[in-house]
Amino acid sequence: MFNYYLELALRSLKRSPGLTLLMVLAIGFGVAASMTTWSVFRAVSGDPIPWKSSKLFVPQIDMWGPKGRGPNSTDNEPPDAMDYTDAMALMRAHRGKLQSAMYQISPSVVPADASKHPINVSGHAVYSEFFPMLDVPFLYGNGWSADDDSQRAAVAVISGKLNDKLFGGVNSVGRTVSIEGKDYRVVGVLGSWNPQPRFYDVVNTGGFSTGVEDVFVPFERAIAMGMPNDGNTNCSEIPAQSGFVGLQQSSCIWIAYMVQLDDAAAVSAYRSWLDGYAKDQQTAGRFGWAPNNRLRDVPAFLDHEQVVPSDTKVSLLVALGLLIVCLVNTAGLLLAKFLRRSSEIGVRRALGAPRGAIYAQFLTEAGMIGLAGGVLGLLLTGVGVASVSWVLPKDIASLARLDFSLLALTLLVAVVATTLAGLYPTFRASRVQPAWQLKSN
Amino acid sequence: MDILPILSTLRRHKLTSWLLILEIALTCAIVCNAVFLIGQRLQRMDMPSGVAEHELLQIQVADVTAPSNPYARLAEDVALLRQVPRVISVASSNQVPFGSSSSNGNIRLDPAQPERTLFATTYFGENLVPTLGTRLVSGRDLQPDDFVDVETALKALGTGESKSLPHVTLITQTLAERLWPGQNPLGRIIYLTPVVGLRVVGVLDSLARPNAYDTAKAQYTMVVPIRMGANKDQSYLIRTRPEDRASVLTAALAALKKADPQRVVTTKRSFDEVRRKFFQDDRAMAGMLVGVIVALLIVTALGIVGLASFWVAQRRRTIGVRRALGATRGNILHYFQTENFLLATIGIALGMVLAYGINLFLMLHYELPRLPAVYFPIGAVVLWLIGQVAVLGPALRAAAVPPVVATRSV
Repeated sequence: MFNYYLELALRSLKRSPGLTLLMVLAIGFGVAASMTTWSVFRAVSGDPIPWKSSKLFVPQIDMWGPKGRGPNSTDNEPPDAMDYTDAMALMRAHRGKLQSAMYQISPSVVPADASKHPINVSGHAVYSEFFPMLDVPFLYGNGWSADDDSQRAAVAVISGKLNDKLFGGVNSVGRTVSIEGKDYRVVGVLGSWNPQPRFYDVVNTGGFSTGVEDVFVPFERAIAMGMPNDGNTNCSEIPAQSGFVGLQQSSCIWIAYMVQLDDAAAVSAYRSWLDGYAKDQQTAGRFGWAPNNRLRDVPAFLDHEQVVPSDTKVSLLVALGLLIVCLVNTAGLLLAKFLRRSSEIGVRRALGAPRGAIYAQFLTEAGMIGLAGGVLGLLLTGVGVASVSWVLPKDIASLARLDFSLLALTLLVAVVATTLAGLYPTFRASRVQPAWQLKSN
Repeated sequence: MDILPILSTLRRHKLTSWLLILEIALTCAIVCNAVFLIGQRLQRMDMPSGVAEHELLQIQVADVTAPSNPYARLAEDVALLRQVPRVISVASSNQVPFGSSSSNGNIRLDPAQPERTLFATTYFGENLVPTLGTRLVSGRDLQPDDFVDVETALKALGTGESKSLPHVTLITQTLAERLWPGQNPLGRIIYLTPVVGLRVVGVLDSLARPNAYDTAKAQYTMVVPIRMGANKDQSYLIRTRPEDRASVLTAALAALKKADPQRVVTTKRSFDEVRRKFFQDDRAMAGMLVGVIVALLIVTALGIVGLASFWVAQRRRTIGVRRALGATRGNILHYFQTENFLLATIGIALGMVLAYGINLFLMLHYELPRLPAVYFPIGAVVLWLIGQVAVLGPALRAAAVPPVVATRSV
């Protein structure tokens, strides 16, 4: 029976090719525009580490107090990064399963081949637990050990890209790399790893970054070598002493921190430890205010930092509006088309077709238009996603990709939406009075 | 043209008419808001920087090993760059307008005040005013003997000894007006800390912040006479004629490289690129919205064409009868045009209400300003035009229906 309806639908569509084409075009445009913006939205609001994001937490401590927030601040939010003193206290306490303080560095790397120019790379100074905590994939070797952390060992983990550049892509574990004029032993080479948004250090990267992290060195080693912070530094008061050492003694915030807590009990234990710590600082006179801490997991922190640009949300809304207009449009055209065939419906009904059969026939027709619109939409979505890189900043555009799920979703949205739009016209068609139609002819 | 017959016809196609009206209303509402959003973006992208944008180049270099005397190094570099042919002026600065990365300070008007008055960008650098090309409205520029090395200043800050601290500053007109509305700012004191009081000696026409995200506060900037010395966050700014920019940049880089082949150039760009990069999100958003609006208008136009064609086909006989009874082609054409105008008008009226509602929603959730009334007529005119253009084809086809159709049976 379905085949028969398909044939009927084809016939009917062929009878008015202009109108059919209009409907297909409208659906194609609507679906493509919404799918293109959806692909961007999906890319920027995606969970960068879905298997673990609910176990990774960003602690925030209020080291500035109400005074540091300025007169216009209404929320009582503590700063979103850490000063050196508190980050070190948290590292020493070691209350989480895995944790790492980190800051952004941008050292120069001198290639062994003297004919090549030194290059400036970006990376992070981190603790050894950074690698297992974030499930960082290694191509060769591994991260460094906790002993390397405390001994400030001259070891480094480099990206596959930097490995290609410096060592021609061979296993370089054990070889030395010159960073800021000092030799470091390579202990690990990363596989391809470029999580977006860059959830472990949102404050410094703004969430998205086109650059790949090329080098990781032990945190305390970087501090000892005076490798300056390349990320943001925010101060509520001018540091009493200049330079990098002054920064470490100040209440300026420049360190990102992440901790892995596996269950609710661990989270609440960590939370109460944080409060205890802040209370101790209050007692010691360092904080002149009550504890005001936050402990957000990765999704909550990304949301708090407004990593998904509100622009993207607005454009998604606009595109959804477009899809709704397309549906209304299709509903109008289908209604006109179906009601024009009242006499045909009358004949079918008079010959014994139940209402259900009319429903099946017309919904099949609507579905076919939807399918055709969906195929057109697929092509247009392809064009849309390709041209996204033309309007969007590179770091975001490179995330918007055409993949199977997007293609399937495009087709599904087109067919479901058109069938929905066809529901009312079909309902009206099924209500046609056969006797009345037959008489009037 | 009598609209009553049109209305009675529409009453027979109530539902399709309402769907068309709904479509026009939605389109109108979305177009009003989207055009408003685009307008806002374009306005933001037009934000003045206060500097001679087409004449400026920015260079940043990083050293593999830190120079022993960064101040001497900076002076050498600046002297080198000045000797590059066709360079008009050279400055060093810790930041540039629209450069994103910024250094700011809390401003107080009274050293004892517990909370800051506002948060302003502090430019540290020599020779900034002539190089950037920002205009001095009143007062004087910073003089060489106003300048203090940053190390010295920070040390003095630690000991509380005020003699080695900077004493003067330049501020923008906007900042002056915000701090002392309607008064002469020259000679007044701004406090960066309780001991650092800076006397305003000059007022700048305009100088934007590196992170000018909030238009209202984009000009809250001051220039403080502090020498930062050479480091990788310091920028060399070169002013030259617009047509010389490419050649001067190459020559300047070569000069810097020659002085020390080991250093790494981290930034080399014209100020046009600085602006382009800073506003790329706004441009992207505007581009995306334009795309969606175009798609929306196309869809709406297609919908109007479809329904109008359908109605024309349905009413062929009626049209034939009217023509046979003496109606001219013009009458038939106008009939469909008026019908479309009526539907569009109702749709637009509804759309205005909806546009206002959507704007309220956006204001509530996305911190957008209120939609100015001027956007309503824009939306209306656009939709009237689209409607008329879309209906023209079907209406012409209707006008071409010969009177003889009336005499034929279906």
